[in-house]
Amino acid sequence: MSCFLTNSSVGKKLVMSITGCFLVLFILFHMSMNLAMLFSPAAYDAICEFLGANWYALAATVVLAAGVAVHFIYAFILTVDNYRARGKQRYQVTVQEKGVSWASKNMLVLGVIVILGLGLHLIHFWSKMQLVEIMGHHASVVGGYEVGATQGAALMMITFSKWYNVVLYIVWFAAIWFHLTHGVWSMFQTAGFANDTWYPRLKCLANIVATLIFLGFAVVAVYCFLTSTPQLIESLLIA
Amino acid sequence: MAYKLDAKTPAGELAQKWSNHKAAIKVVSPANKRKLDIIVVGTGLGGASAAASLGELGYNVKIFCISDSPRRAHSIAAQGGINAAKNYQNDNDSIYRLFYDTIKGGDYRAREANVYRLAEVSNLIIDQCVAQGVPFAREYGGLLANRSFGGAQVSRTFYARGQTGQQLLLGAYAALNKEIAAGSVKSYPRHEMLDVVIENGEACGIIARNLVTGEIERHGAHAVVIATGGYGNVFFLSTNAMASNGSAAFQCYRKGAGFANPCFTQIHPTCIPVHGTQQSKLTLMSESLRNDGRIWVPKKMEDVEAIRKGTKKPSDIAEGDRDYYLERRYPAFGNLVPRDVASRAAKERCDAGYGVNETGLAVFLDFKTAIERLGKETIKQRYGNLFDMYEEITDVNPYEQPMQIFPAVHYTMGGIWVDYNLMTTIPGLYAIGEANFSDHGANRLGASALMQGLADGYFVLPYTIGDYLAKKIQAPKVSTETAAFDEAEKGVRARIERLFAIKGNQSVDDIHKRLGLIMWDNVGMARTKESLEKAIVEIQKLRKEFYADLKLVGDNESFNVELEKALRLEDFLELGELMARDALNREESCGGHFRSEHQTEDGEALRHDDKFAYAAVWEYKGIDNAPEMTIEPLEYEFVHRAQRNYKD
Amino acid sequence: MNFKLKIWRQRDAKSQGAFETYEVKNISADTSFLEMMDILNNDLIHAGKEPVAFDHDCREGICGMCSMHINGHAHGPSQAVTTCQMYMRKFEDGSTITIEPWRSAAFPVIRDLVVDRSAYDKILQAGGFISVRTNSVPDGNAIPIPKADADESMDAAACVGCGACAATCKNGSAMLFVAARVSSLAKLPQGKVEGARRAKSMVAKMDELGFGNCTNTGACQAQCPKSISIAHIARLNREFLAAKLQD
Repeated sequence: MSCFLTNSSVGKKLVMSITGCFLVLFILFHMSMNLAMLFSPAAYDAICEFLGANWYALAATVVLAAGVAVHFIYAFILTVDNYRARGKQRYQVTVQEKGVSWASKNMLVLGVIVILGLGLHLIHFWSKMQLVEIMGHHASVVGGYEVGATQGAALMMITFSKWYNVVLYIVWFAAIWFHLTHGVWSMFQTAGFANDTWYPRLKCLANIVATLIFLGFAVVAVYCFLTSTPQLIESLLIA
Repeated sequence: MAYKLDAKTPAGELAQKWSNHKAAIKVVSPANKRKLDIIVVGTGLGGASAAASLGELGYNVKIFCISDSPRRAHSIAAQGGINAAKNYQNDNDSIYRLFYDTIKGGDYRAREANVYRLAEVSNLIIDQCVAQGVPFAREYGGLLANRSFGGAQVSRTFYARGQTGQQLLLGAYAALNKEIAAGSVKSYPRHEMLDVVIENGEACGIIARNLVTGEIERHGAHAVVIATGGYGNVFFLSTNAMASNGSAAFQCYRKGAGFANPCFTQIHPTCIPVHGTQQSKLTLMSESLRNDGRIWVPKKMEDVEAIRKGTKKPSDIAEGDRDYYLERRYPAFGNLVPRDVASRAAKERCDAGYGVNETGLAVFLDFKTAIERLGKETIKQRYGNLFDMYEEITDVNPYEQPMQIFPAVHYTMGGIWVDYNLMTTIPGLYAIGEANFSDHGANRLGASALMQGLADGYFVLPYTIGDYLAKKIQAPKVSTETAAFDEAEKGVRARIERLFAIKGNQSVDDIHKRLGLIMWDNVGMARTKESLEKAIVEIQKLRKEFYADLKLVGDNESFNVELEKALRLEDFLELGELMARDALNREESCGGHFRSEHQTEDGEALRHDDKFAYAAVWEYKGIDNAPEMTIEPLEYEFVHRAQRNYKD
Repeated sequence: MNFKLKIWRQRDAKSQGAFETYEVKNISADTSFLEMMDILNNDLIHAGKEPVAFDHDCREGICGMCSMHINGHAHGPSQAVTTCQMYMRKFEDGSTITIEPWRSAAFPVIRDLVVDRSAYDKILQAGGFISVRTNSVPDGNAIPIPKADADESMDAAACVGCGACAATCKNGSAMLFVAARVSSLAKLPQGKVEGARRAKSMVAKMDELGFGNCTNTGACQAQCPKSISIAHIARLNREFLAAKLQD
């Protein structure tokens, strides 16, 4: 059976809307988890341990990965459609229309930056934590330290002790910020829950969510960069 | 050979005529309708509504329009509204009152039976449009709202903001789309009819040019309906859309259809004045503005001069120094007198030297009083889009300074002669809407054009055409491989080749502008024997110049707008002369036709019912020969003809 | 005022097009944009050249025929007007004005600045109507409609079908056009009867004709000469999804 989610423009957009919504919720959850780092590295490690290679965390990871994949693949399909619809001959002069945000016209570019950042992030963290457990190991070597698969706090301190990592992550968070300022209100629009009264509210909500996410992640990275010392890392690893 | 005109007006009481007629005429069975083809040329309100209704009935319909979509006809530009005798306002309106206002507004030069039928079906139109989803303005209770309009003392005009024509056309276009989807109507956009084909004295098809490829096509049918609007663009500058033209109607005339009352032209009082010689189009400001706007010029010449020089603003002129001339001359109707009366009154003031812009051809339309009475918000709600449009065009803010307006050519009441069935003098050839002459007499009331287009298309033609087609149920498909089609196509090709072969120096617009000036100066708001005779000579001269000195670029085999315009101008050059001849013949003043020799002591139109209570129907006799006139007497059984009085 | 005009010239759909530059002189500030084009064309004709083909008709901003992309804006830099309602006082004296046809795969160029917009007709033929027969309808006042609903319906019905939305959209999406019709009828009780069918078939036709997907940039509403809101797109989405979920 052909389904409107795969063969109609509005249906395809709904898939983007729902997966996008799911990813935003996940990011919010991830961010609140990270914030634990500011108050208690031990608590953060406890969360890491809770979300190791057990069945529920693995199931969630698979769903999450699927969400990312679907969002990403649909984005490409839609963009190819749109490119074709635009025709071969392009305008010689184009302008930024009044009231149209830059982000809204560059969602794919922003999305690609987000995906690249995600790849980096998976190498930095996921491959040292959940993947290690899935492979049946308990620890890996990072920056000269042997780090346990659930020792998230130490891993974070090690990673963000390098200034260039902090810069890369901030760029990544910025791309997410732009992506979400359009994406969050847009998912309501696509699902049909919007009107002229609600546009200012939804756009305000989008800015709040995007900014919250940016600050929530960035503050942890910067905090780690500022406080990270070899002694602290040693002590976290021993604990 | 003069025409034997039979209007086929049914006998009986006025209110029973249409019902009696419907009961008497023949119908075609569904099985036979499927075998019959109808061509509808033009997709404005008349054409679209007719084609949709005919398709619905089961006929095979082909529609032709020159624009890129049937949605864009000039009907779309009507702003104000559409009349109907619903009496929703409880102001004692009735079918009879609408009929009476229309026939009086037309200065008693229309057929009683036709006008009564128009008033009778007006109510059905509103119901039809509402059901189609036309978003008419509504009151808070959810019921339909009305506004008042010129020439009426009741509030009977239904409207959709300032876009009534657009919304009604979109309704008819939607009905058309429904039939196109169902396969009963086939659409030919960007096609122009260049000739009507007559075989054995009956219309059997058209020759059309595909405007994109230049191909000349033949289309056969059992009946042809002309719904191509009016010919106001003969004046070059008018409120008509740029592509509006009289060509389809004129081809019918050339092929033998009678053309009635060509001189009846409506000059609309509220247009934005001409600003220079480079202008191509005049912009209409809706007549509805006269509901709240007051028209005036200064009383003192020194104020006029100060305003022209710019040393005084219009708003500086004290109340006592303003001449609200319509309120002064016509106390009962005030600013809401019919269009012809308002236009002439403006001309009278400007001729007396009180025109308020540099050219001396403008009067004020002022909302000061209305803004004081109702507040700026209410005015904004009612006319906001019109005010914005005015400011965009003139750079003047009408909330602060009065608008400047001047009359401009707007509508042509004359057109192809039709009988009560809307059939022309050629059997099988029909004309509806502005293209025919039937319902508005010598002057059309505001908000009645939309009414007539839709009345003809939805409620009259679909019935009356059956009376003719019932005789055709045995007829085979019309073949386009006949001598008549060969000849018509050859004629069209020769016409086009002739124009390309001229290779002169003047562009189509150069000549059209000159024709426009001749028309405006001599066949415009006030006409005299001398001016009309002069116009005929000058137009004939200009026509010779056209055939000797036209510069036409491009070729026939591609999209060529200049060729389209040249063909239309060629027809206008003959039509203009016909209008002048008709005006010359009609030695009286009535409605939009004002002969300066025939006026009352107060400068009102003076009719001569004893001599001119008729429709003048003209028969083509060749380009250089005078056409022959036949008279259709207009008998008034039910209404007493009186001098129109809008004073008390 | 004097202007340099850089205009797209293309003989027909199959030919290659290119920009050509022209000059127009002594243009009054009160001249409309299309009158300026008329003046240019008359000059071209006198010079024995073919005039620039462009669509236009009512010149009052209501027929939706005119369709020029001027200096990067559909219908030109003024807000909420069609090309024909633009006046030369909006442009800087001596400036160069670039004029292009609508660019969208669904709107092929016919000649110069004239494009084929029949795709819009086809979308409406797919369901942009209420299926009522002539003369078999109730009294106009039989169905009361709240004023707010009638007004909102009218807001959407103001669409002139000019094509600026799809022409301006970076995705070549016709959603604002489709939404305007669906939403206008969805706000009326008469239109609700076949609302589900309408939303589904019009969207399907739009997709079939090769229009792109809406990404909610809002460029369409910014360039729409009638300022039609993308809130109507939200309503179309709602109508469409509700219809699909009920299948």
